[in-house]
Amino acid sequence: MNLITALARLLIFPGLLFAVPAAWFFLWVERKAVALMQGRIGPPFMQPFYDFIKLLGKTTPLREGIGGLLMKAWPLLAVSSAAGAVALLPVLPSSGGFEGDLILLLALLEVPSMCIIAAGFSSRSIFGEIGSAREAVLSVSYNVVFLLAIVSIAASQHTFRLEALAQLPASPLRWLGVLAILVCLPAKLHLNPFSLPNAEQEIYSGPMVEYAGPELAMWELSHGLEWVAATGLVATLAAPHVTLWWIAAPIFVALSFAIVLLLSILASATARLAIDTTVRFYWQCTLIFAVLAISSVLFMRLRS
Amino acid sequence: MNLWNRLMCTCRRRSPWLFHMNSGSCNGCDIELVASLTPRYDAEQLGVRLEGSPRHADILCITGPVTRNAVGAIQTVYGQVCGPKAVVAIGSCPATTNVFIDSRTLDGPLNKHIPVDVFVPGCPPRPDAIIQGVAKAAQILAERGNNPPIADAAPQVVGSGATECACNECKEVQP
Repeated sequence: MNLITALARLLIFPGLLFAVPAAWFFLWVERKAVALMQGRIGPPFMQPFYDFIKLLGKTTPLREGIGGLLMKAWPLLAVSSAAGAVALLPVLPSSGGFEGDLILLLALLEVPSMCIIAAGFSSRSIFGEIGSAREAVLSVSYNVVFLLAIVSIAASQHTFRLEALAQLPASPLRWLGVLAILVCLPAKLHLNPFSLPNAEQEIYSGPMVEYAGPELAMWELSHGLEWVAATGLVATLAAPHVTLWWIAAPIFVALSFAIVLLLSILASATARLAIDTTVRFYWQCTLIFAVLAISSVLFMRLRS
Repeated sequence: MNLWNRLMCTCRRRSPWLFHMNSGSCNGCDIELVASLTPRYDAEQLGVRLEGSPRHADILCITGPVTRNAVGAIQTVYGQVCGPKAVVAIGSCPATTNVFIDSRTLDGPLNKHIPVDVFVPGCPPRPDAIIQGVAKAAQILAERGNNPPIADAAPQVVGSGATECACNECKEVQP
């Protein structure tokens, strides 16, 4: 590993220079897809960029003490961990850069959701607290399935290293795992059937209710970066292995785009579920498949 | 004006986020405001987003003739909207208190309490007039920036106050 490739991956591709415009692009695709599904024209291409810059120029209410400091810190922590997660994706089959493994990526992907929970409670608004409680319940539900799916993929391929996973040919069990991850993504990204924590009408956008200006801009950005990281993870696991980086990178981008489109269409076609229905869905319906995947992996490992 | 200010001006004009507040309205204007976001009128093309929290909003849309109970709430919510901000009064009620004039339960019109930038008269106004009013408010917001609103500026009035649609399709349906 040398320093220049490491820096290039963190700052250029797939790091910040790629990830921030990609985050805005995915946010636009999400809104545009919903608009097209509803028979509208939808926002212009630059809309997430306009929103971001406008939010940077707004004032924020003055908050004193440790609570105010914490409220400033959570969105920054969320953005930096989401950006780190994007930088770990092994898009370029490199000999250098970050040798990211799956466990680190999962931890970084989990940080924004924890920040949202903490942010809701530190805003001390009743709506923020309800939103945080919902987010906590939701993350307990989907994470069991999500982690079991990741473990089953790693166990079936005998490695936790992302780079190795991207290079190995996919087994049928890996597809089962990818499917389970896809089922968890709408909850992870707070998309419509599971958009409970940030419900706009019921609880006034939940944990974000007290955020304004640049802090809100950071939350928007971290949501976009989560889009890039989460879809990138699925694209990494699902993409065919190509040695030439200039073919691998467009395949990665196209696969991510397809997943964003799929999730947006799902979001526009469904209505928000109640919290108990959501929890039941993950614990009763999808957990079975995750357990099936991991038990079959363990069984095959014992046999071989 | 340097580059950053020009960029900020464009972005403020192109991304108005609304917070909708009812100060004792009959719900007619509220329905029309929501109708302006539906597929037929699609205000999202201008970057309009209806937000759940006043903290996220740039433009405060107020309907209703301002009842006594609503005055405190209006001032609280106006304070909660972070600057730069603009106010759009939707319907004839917030502008003149309409048919409820001289009622002892009212404390209107709206510009007695907070500075109003754009009035959209009509009972209820048409969704296209509301969109025009929001676009006008976004323009005012972008030009004004962080400066406070001018106290005795001439109010902007948008739309003709018409409550019937001018398009040919509607004339066929309602002769």
